[in-house]
Amino acid sequence: MTRVVAIQAGLSETSSSRLLADRLVASIERQVPGATAEVVDLRPLAHDITDAVLSGYAPPRLQHVLDLVGSADALVAVTPVFQASYAGLFKMFVDVLESDLVIGKPVVLAATGGTARHSLVIDHALRPLFGYLQALVVPTGVFASPHDWGSEGASALTERVDRAVGELASLLGGSGTGRSREDDIDLFSETMLSISDPPRQF
Amino acid sequence: MTSMQFGIFTVGDVTPDPVNGTTVSEHERIRNTVEIAKKAEEVGLDVFATGEHHNPPFVPSSPTTTLAYIAAQTDKLILSTSTTLITTNDPVKIAEDYATLQHLSEGRMDLMLGRGNTAPVYPWFGYDGSKAVELTIEHYQLLRRLWDEDVVSWEGTFRTPLQGFTATPRPLDGVAPFVWHGSIRTPEVAELAAYYGDGYFANNIFWPKEHYIRLINFYRQRYAHYGHGTPEQAIVGLGGQFFMRKNSQDAINEFRPYFDNAPVYGHGPSLEDFTAQTPLTVGSPQQFIEKTLAFADYFGDYQRQLFLVDHAGLPQKIVLEQLDLLGEVLPTLRAEFDARRPAGVPDAPTHAARVAARDAAEVGAQEQVHA
Repeated sequence: MTRVVAIQAGLSETSSSRLLADRLVASIERQVPGATAEVVDLRPLAHDITDAVLSGYAPPRLQHVLDLVGSADALVAVTPVFQASYAGLFKMFVDVLESDLVIGKPVVLAATGGTARHSLVIDHALRPLFGYLQALVVPTGVFASPHDWGSEGASALTERVDRAVGELASLLGGSGTGRSREDDIDLFSETMLSISDPPRQF
Repeated sequence: MTSMQFGIFTVGDVTPDPVNGTTVSEHERIRNTVEIAKKAEEVGLDVFATGEHHNPPFVPSSPTTTLAYIAAQTDKLILSTSTTLITTNDPVKIAEDYATLQHLSEGRMDLMLGRGNTAPVYPWFGYDGSKAVELTIEHYQLLRRLWDEDVVSWEGTFRTPLQGFTATPRPLDGVAPFVWHGSIRTPEVAELAAYYGDGYFANNIFWPKEHYIRLINFYRQRYAHYGHGTPEQAIVGLGGQFFMRKNSQDAINEFRPYFDNAPVYGHGPSLEDFTAQTPLTVGSPQQFIEKTLAFADYFGDYQRQLFLVDHAGLPQKIVLEQLDLLGEVLPTLRAEFDARRPAGVPDAPTHAARVAARDAAEVGAQEQVHA
């Protein structure tokens, strides 16, 4: 069974980021055979995320979400655009992910903003961030502005959602990157091996 | 003979007291540290360990000076470190300084090696912080030889070569100081401790226990892998922290401003969350005993328990009161830990026991030759 987790950083109730995450999840359940997908709102975790940034460990509720992310087969990441970039809460969540947690994981990137002029945030801000994390990001990013929620833009948004999820479904059906997080301690790294083999030059 | 050692370790921070707004001088902090160590012996603790730092707001830059001074004023206390920087100190100087302390204290000392965690410190001593793990390994391999071999010729990457060098004084009774390796996230340090059959210490302060269990288990397995004994026989030390009052609500009320403003975790999680999620106890002596005893459930029966007591700007008077309270629960802790301790778990290391073990091994080897 394929498990997908959608992280969304919208702040209002109900936010357009949450609506977009719901659309993506619905499309996943339609297009990926046997997939289950769930949406995690970051807003209720905001204090936990701050505590984790300050203390260096995740409180239990946040740790549960991190475990969900780590064990998911694929991720959806949705953020509102604040001041021309991803939301601070979204970045703080990414900051508390262990740096190798999403290596090789297929990801759909999505964002919402007050105007279509922000749509390149996906490519200029989110894509480099997930590139750093070594995630496998699908080519289509899904941006939704107020125009897209109205009757005029709605079909185009649905098309983008389905196209991005189609790409995700295709990746999930293939062999992926062949890479994922290494949980085991590497006993055979050069530094590790140098411990039990001290140099004896003389 | 003490199966398990209890003690305190200090970071040596000079932190403003958030309640009365005062800050002790470096001079007062250093004198207070000595008073705390003497108090530790008075209340029946086994170990006093000091950190090593080379930047404000910390005062202990010269651990062996302080420890030798304390050794001269105590009779039983084991003097140790938490930690000695194996990265930025010259291993030759570590070998000499700590062997000298060993002689002056009649063997009442050991040391805990650590990397330190402040990148700017490395260049102050001529090193590159990005090489911390490599420095740790090379420096320790040299330190080991300087203590275990009378004449050493050596060449490495980070230090000028040595030709026919003898570190003086030689270790007391020909047995080098016991070494603990402190680390909370570096598998290489656990491997180093396991390879040499040394002790492994997890500070057990800042994070939930799960963060420490992984490396302690790794160390125990690798200790057995290198033939030093079973995983249960590996030598483990743990940190911990507490604030006690007879009435738990008094402890919470009194400690809260210090917790809320403490370096490292202050202004973050609430006192309630942090005590629920990490090894910190703020409460009654009974609560402290229960939480501390549970450490052995998570990490296995172990040899040394050190507590952080003098930090976060706590006034000296309160620190000394905390040590009195620790002294009062100590007999219970010793009895309870001993009661649950399976046969075969080794006692905490002491110089006398290690000299006796070395002598017994030599007699055994001679008997085999003559048999």
